[in-house]
Amino acid sequence: MSLLDNRMIRVSGGILLTIAVCALAGPWISPHDYLTTDFDRQLMPPTMTDAQIFGTDDLGRDLFVRTMLGIRVTLLVAVVASAVSLVIGVAYGAIAGFVGGRVDAAMMRFVDTLYALPFIFFVILLMVVFERNFLLIFVAIGAVNWLDMARIVRGQTLSLREREFVDAARLTGVGTARILLRHIAPNLIGIVVVYVTLTIPQAILVESFLSFLGLGVQEPQTSLGALVDAGVNQMEGASWSLLIPAGLLALILLCFNFLGDGLRDFFDVRHTN
Amino acid sequence: MLRYTLLRVLGAIPTLLLVIVLAFLLVHAAPGGPFDDERVLPADVEANIEIAYHLDEALPKQLLRYLGGLVRGDLGPSYRYRDRTVSDLIGAAFPLSLTLGAMAMALAIVVGVSAGTVAALQQGSYLDRTVMAFSMTGISVPVFVVAPVLVLFFAVKLQWLPAGWSSSTGASRMVLPVITLALPQIAYIARLTRASMIDVLGRDFVRTARAQGLGTLTIIRLHALKPAMLPVLSYMGPAIAAILTGSVVVEEIFGIPGVGQHFIRGALNRDYTLVLGIVVFYAALIVLLNLIVDVLYGAIDPRVRYR
Repeated sequence: MSLLDNRMIRVSGGILLTIAVCALAGPWISPHDYLTTDFDRQLMPPTMTDAQIFGTDDLGRDLFVRTMLGIRVTLLVAVVASAVSLVIGVAYGAIAGFVGGRVDAAMMRFVDTLYALPFIFFVILLMVVFERNFLLIFVAIGAVNWLDMARIVRGQTLSLREREFVDAARLTGVGTARILLRHIAPNLIGIVVVYVTLTIPQAILVESFLSFLGLGVQEPQTSLGALVDAGVNQMEGASWSLLIPAGLLALILLCFNFLGDGLRDFFDVRHTN
Repeated sequence: MLRYTLLRVLGAIPTLLLVIVLAFLLVHAAPGGPFDDERVLPADVEANIEIAYHLDEALPKQLLRYLGGLVRGDLGPSYRYRDRTVSDLIGAAFPLSLTLGAMAMALAIVVGVSAGTVAALQQGSYLDRTVMAFSMTGISVPVFVVAPVLVLFFAVKLQWLPAGWSSSTGASRMVLPVITLALPQIAYIARLTRASMIDVLGRDFVRTARAQGLGTLTIIRLHALKPAMLPVLSYMGPAIAAILTGSVVVEEIFGIPGVGQHFIRGALNRDYTLVLGIVVFYAALIVLLNLIVDVLYGAIDPRVRYR
């Protein structure tokens, strides 16, 4: 059975791929750029003329190019933040699960404690206290989202540890670090892939939440959250400037969630067979 | 039960302390002083301000002073609203936020549990798939997308409900904010209820009840609902946190003068003590409510007490 036999994976993956390609190629094909203001063409509704298919914003900037740029930023933040949470979560979970015993209990108790914290408020606090830059957004979101990953990986490692091939490796004199890297890690890939796919929409949510509040990506740069925020201010006269970025953000989040669900089903099937 | 409750209470204290210390240190790690971005002040005035706000003291001493104040319910002065304390500001705004949050939570539990139960009873049907599709959408789409779209349709286009928060609109101004806050929680609770209800309905005691000739509704009411509610109960902690987070957005969008709006204003104005105070307040609230959920869980399901 191949990944593409699952309709959920095929459809949501296809939509995401299309959006990503548009976001990469769109600004390059369009005759407009994201910065140039045009005060003769403020808040123009979507039109085919002049390729302004998403209309313009209150400063006359082309909304198609800005939206595509926003998608780029949103996807970039999501992928990098997920990578950060992946590294922290896998390392933490694998060590806790593999070492086991008291170390494991203490490490997991710490995770439980962190679970109880209102993380989003800490992220906002971070954005208030320090200068708002891209790097900080990545790190802050990644640092928030590693808890689930750590739990999952730890559970999986705990059961892998008892398997014969780990005993065999240990008996032939392979060191702990090497067992973790060569024997445990490859067996974690399936479950890690599933949870990264589910972490990405969470990272997108946090980033767009921050940008919506004006605490994330700053003008003239933009992201889907910032575009929704701008759209809210113009919604009475120019509903498209709200509905287009809001719809795209919803679509992207929905597709990632469906993709994650589909992948989970796919890997579960393989496990039970 | 007493032992279990005591252990839970003791377990909550380090969490709370960690939050407070972490948030405090974060705010005090901020580069520059809180009054830097205004007009340049003479050195002696600045020194006086620092003394007035105890900023001249060593960090550990400031932290102890802050913790001491917390015990008395004093969150310190606001840096921006010069004549008001943070406790005043939160105290004045909280009843409104609490009303909104409690209404949203009640709505979410009633609608979510009903929808999940109906979906479970008709598993695989058209209705079930509709509920699940709606639920996936509700989980995926963030509050700050749902809120403006609802406003656009129901307030701007159809003009059924008010978009803002003026006193002339009466209770109808609560409708959109409460629905917006409740929607994602309805989605989660429906999903959880459906899964655990399907599980419970397949158990032996339900089959026995059915064999005795009890109707579906009676079985659900007397036998299935309580065990099926356990996963929903343990979701209450995250749900409370999500509603608090959501209320920040909802209050901003609808212009509701609650705690969340203070938080956003404080964040944009760099009112460090206000933001810190709200983080500490919300964290304490979340820890406390989680504690209540834990204790309730122990009361309903005795098994967890001996784990």
